[in-house]
Amino acid sequence: MSGASKAEAVLEVRNLKTVFFTNSGLFRAVDDVSFSVRRGETLAIVGESGCGKSVTALSVMRLVPDPPGKIVGGEIILEGKNLLALDDEAMRKIRGNRISMIFQEPMTSLNPVMRIGDQITEALRLHQDISGKDAWKQAVDMLRLVRIPEPERRAQEYPHQLSGGMRQRAMIAMALACRPTLLIADEPTTALDVTIQAQILALMVDLQKKLGTGLILITHDLGVVAQTAQRVIVMYAGRKVEEASVEALFENPLHPYTRGLMASIPAVPSLDAKADARLVEIPGMVPSLTKLPTGCAFAPRCRFAVPRCREEYPPLGDFGGRHLAACWRAGEMAEAS
Amino acid sequence: MSEAQPLLEVTDLVKHYPVRGGVLRRQVGTVHAVDGVSFSLAPGETLGLVGESGCGKSTVARSVLRLVEPSSGEIRLNGEAITRLSKSELRPYRRSMQIVFQDPFASLNPRMTAGDIVGEPLTVHGLASGERKQERVAELFQQVGLRPDQMKNYPHQFSGGQRQRICIARALSLGPSLIVCDEPVSALDVSIQAQVINLLIDLQRQRNFSYLFIAHDLAVVAHISHRVAVMYLGRIVEISDKAELFANPRHPYTQALLASVPVANPRIRRLTPLVEGDVPSPINPPSGCAFHTRCRYAMDRCKLERPPLVEASAGHQVACWLNDGTGRANTNP
Ligand SMILES: Nc1ncnc2c1ncn2[C@@H]1O[C@H](COP(=O)(O)OP(=O)(O)OP(=O)(O)O)[C@@H](O)[C@H]1O
Ligand SMILES: Nc1ncnc2c1ncn2[C@@H]1O[C@H](COP(=O)(O)OP(=O)(O)OP(=O)(O)O)[C@@H](O)[C@H]1O
Ligand code: SF4
Ligand code: SF4
Ligand SMILES: [Mg+2]
Ligand SMILES: [Mg+2]
Repeated sequence: MSGASKAEAVLEVRNLKTVFFTNSGLFRAVDDVSFSVRRGETLAIVGESGCGKSVTALSVMRLVPDPPGKIVGGEIILEGKNLLALDDEAMRKIRGNRISMIFQEPMTSLNPVMRIGDQITEALRLHQDISGKDAWKQAVDMLRLVRIPEPERRAQEYPHQLSGGMRQRAMIAMALACRPTLLIADEPTTALDVTIQAQILALMVDLQKKLGTGLILITHDLGVVAQTAQRVIVMYAGRKVEEASVEALFENPLHPYTRGLMASIPAVPSLDAKADARLVEIPGMVPSLTKLPTGCAFAPRCRFAVPRCREEYPPLGDFGGRHLAACWRAGEMAEAS
Repeated sequence: MSEAQPLLEVTDLVKHYPVRGGVLRRQVGTVHAVDGVSFSLAPGETLGLVGESGCGKSTVARSVLRLVEPSSGEIRLNGEAITRLSKSELRPYRRSMQIVFQDPFASLNPRMTAGDIVGEPLTVHGLASGERKQERVAELFQQVGLRPDQMKNYPHQFSGGQRQRICIARALSLGPSLIVCDEPVSALDVSIQAQVINLLIDLQRQRNFSYLFIAHDLAVVAHISHRVAVMYLGRIVEISDKAELFANPRHPYTQALLASVPVANPRIRRLTPLVEGDVPSPINPPSGCAFHTRCRYAMDRCKLERPPLVEASAGHQVACWLNDGTGRANTNP
């Protein structure tokens, strides 16, 4: 791992702020979020619905719908270039070429009336100066790489002729066709069955190793995080509340929200597991971004909250070995463990 | 296994849907949605039903409630066959069987207040009205962790987890003995999911009703169930006591399913899929053992003959030809 950790970052996001202007007012969907991704590294972003995972990804792609959204602060440095300083034309050359994104539902990004092979060919020819014939050959090679059986025949087919798992493979083939340095996968396996999910995750991790791609994996499934990531950031109500290596996060979560999340997932039982045992629950619900409390956004649900938590937002602190947490009491948690 | 009469008994349940095609809408095939499913459920027991998308879980659930008409087979509630009862004959039984669906958004009428939604079954069955009804609804709200002053609010004013609580309160209103839960927590965030699972467990402890609990998340099913049935392409391939099933899964499909669940522990990395390929279509399901197209242990016999669901050890049934019909010993976890 030490070799990988010395490798330079392909992406650095610093103090990203993305807001939305809506009927119920302005809110910060992503608030002062920083992270980096190295070559060949997987960074997982976890958190519950609405915490800003997808908007973070869309911000990096510069695909936040404007209006109502807008990136209002920060820097997004890809291979040394600040993407926020680029014009639309320059950004189009980067998207699908240096950074690609795959989504939960492949049908939203595949064109239903175009053959799979043509779609990959088009993506290739948009960014590379190659003949249609060569591009088609590369497209078939990509389908083979993502282990689609009979790639020559499948390339001739339309998206609806493929199963869900096969479509997600085709999406991955398209996303990796130009060998991007960064791949963003937003809940890539959430819509899939668990045996198919296992296939797709194994494939992604394998290809990433082979090609050295940096990967941002967005998920709400801590199991998926544990199985794939090297680093993890946990988001809550638009903020990064914890960041650590995957081992440190699972062995010693410092933020009460992360601890709550880990305790609330049911595990596949061992023999001694009781039938109807209660789960640990986080009380209350995720706050609305338009009505965030002052101080720590997690305070209304936190059993460790002290008066200070309701007054001041806790800054991110480093509790050793790049294990960051934004919590007034994280120091105590770190000591206690 | 208890000696007492089961609350619910399902025998050889089959549900086929015609597939129509062409201009004349002629039948061109048959969806084998449920293809001979049998199980029983004791009072106060939770039976989990797991399996991948399209394997027939919801069809089983809806057939039990007669929300879809089974093609054949028998369903008994407290020993009474309800499969062929007419609508009016079925009415008294409806009270004892309720369902909670996955999507708390779609299953609530947006123009009714939460209180009216929960109280509606009481009105329909003529069990309470006026003040009596309001009191009963307020009680139900408290039982599921909602405040009675929220009775006048509309569904859109509730969060997903709260909406699911409304659905549960409504299901409880008639004092059912069976609640069918079809993916009740799949649409919820993990922290909210834990709240709803705990609520379901607490209510069962208080009221001793039975759950038929469907989910595609094995960990969730494992958590709440006493026994678990694994379905593949319209059939139960394995059914057993929960602890036994997870310790000694015998069907190669169950084993693959368990091995596919990503473990929330980065020190146990095992991203090796045990099955390749996709689930075949239920329109022309594979012959013999429907899993043979993906099973790495498949033998010639598996393609020809359908393995029956038989007892491999006490209370543990499996449908697989390996080892004289007792399935495969689980060597690699
Ligand atoms: N186009 C939009 N217009 C207005 N608000 C938006 C828009 N897109 C996202 N939001 C809001 O921004 C916040 C963050 O949304 P985001 O999609 O990033 O959440 P997420 O973490 O990806 O959640 P999920 O797990 O449900 O996908 C949410 O409150 C969401 O409602
Ligand atoms: N009304 C219908 N007409 C035709 N086919 C149907 C109908 N309802 C269900 N089916 C088919 O029957 C099979 C079983 O469906 P069912 O909804 O029971 O699966 P499931 O296990 O609940 O899946 P999921 O996990 O996706 O909810 C599927 O192939 C489905 O397409
Ligand atoms: S800052 Fe306070 S309220 Fe927020 S997570 Fe830490 S202890 Fe809880
Ligand atoms: S019966 Fe044959 S194909 Fe089916 S699970 Fe057993 S070994 Fe595999
Ligand atoms: Mg999202
Ligand atoms: Mg279903």
